[in-house]
Amino acid sequence: MRAEVLLAFLAMAAVSYGIRVAGFLVGGRLHEHPRLRAALDQLPAAILIALVVPLVARGGPAEWLATAVVAALAWFVDLLLVPLAAGVVAVVLLRGVL
Amino acid sequence: MTLFSKTAAGAQAAFIAGALRCAPVALGVLAYGLVFGALAEQAGLSFGETAFMSAIVYSGSAQFVALGIWTLPPPVLALALATLLVNFRFFLMAATMGRVLRGWSRPAVLAALPWVTDENWAITMAEGERRHWGAFFLGTGAMLYVTWPTASLLGYALGAVVTDPKRWGFDFAFTAVFVTLAVGLARKHRAPLVWIASAAGAFAADRLLAGSMLGSSAPVLVGGLAGALAAALGPKARDAR
Repeated sequence: MRAEVLLAFLAMAAVSYGIRVAGFLVGGRLHEHPRLRAALDQLPAAILIALVVPLVARGGPAEWLATAVVAALAWFVDLLLVPLAAGVVAVVLLRGVL
Repeated sequence: MTLFSKTAAGAQAAFIAGALRCAPVALGVLAYGLVFGALAEQAGLSFGETAFMSAIVYSGSAQFVALGIWTLPPPVLALALATLLVNFRFFLMAATMGRVLRGWSRPAVLAALPWVTDENWAITMAEGERRHWGAFFLGTGAMLYVTWPTASLLGYALGAVVTDPKRWGFDFAFTAVFVTLAVGLARKHRAPLVWIASAAGAFAADRLLAGSMLGSSAPVLVGGLAGALAAALGPKARDAR
């Protein structure tokens, strides 16, 4: 392995790790205030939705319909694999049609 | 003694449950790891370097961006800065990990934090508070930490055979996973103001900052903070005070 390549990857790893440690420490501080704790408690749902929105928005009609299929299934089935498999199959079929 | 082994058995069961819950997601990660490995080979990385990168950087989005700006000698500062921007969303995710790792020693927390990534963090949060939640999280992390480097090396070996995940709908796998988990969380905790604020923030950030260096972090940061702000100002926060 080339030394300069190793150094580059180590720098990337250190930055990735530092971000997480800093986030964890700040999260611990926020937890001490009631109002900020309410924000922290809702943060996971907010992040999840924020992950989804661009993925869906960047798609087209095929992706939007497949997303609707996934969301409907997810509401009724408590098993990740079912909506996931249905969504992947649906998007392949819909892309062929639309 | 009995109490101790009972706890250990519970933690072990939670670890396995986490790993299994993450298995469907691992298929999506596998598909992307194959693509990454093939691209790493084209970029001129060696087999060992690809393995090392996937094992220690361990971040799909940052690694793809790195290949995009790759030169020799590597632009270390640019790579570090790109990683900071692309991965800044992990700051918010790690901030929510206090509840999951409650009661853990400082060294144990520091050892677990590298495993906070989008998919297994989301699965851990969707699982919700449970006994041995931290062990469950470790299980989800272990599943992906085995998958990502393995897939990278497979992709490296197989080369360009696997560079089109779109053909098999694998590009939609992550959308499906996040939609499913979001619906699950939304069903448990109704907070429509938070959802609207988050969705609006993420959409606006994606439109305005698409193609910027922030990449996938921008919508998560803006949407996540907008949702959290709505929660802090909302009626429930007032009651809590």
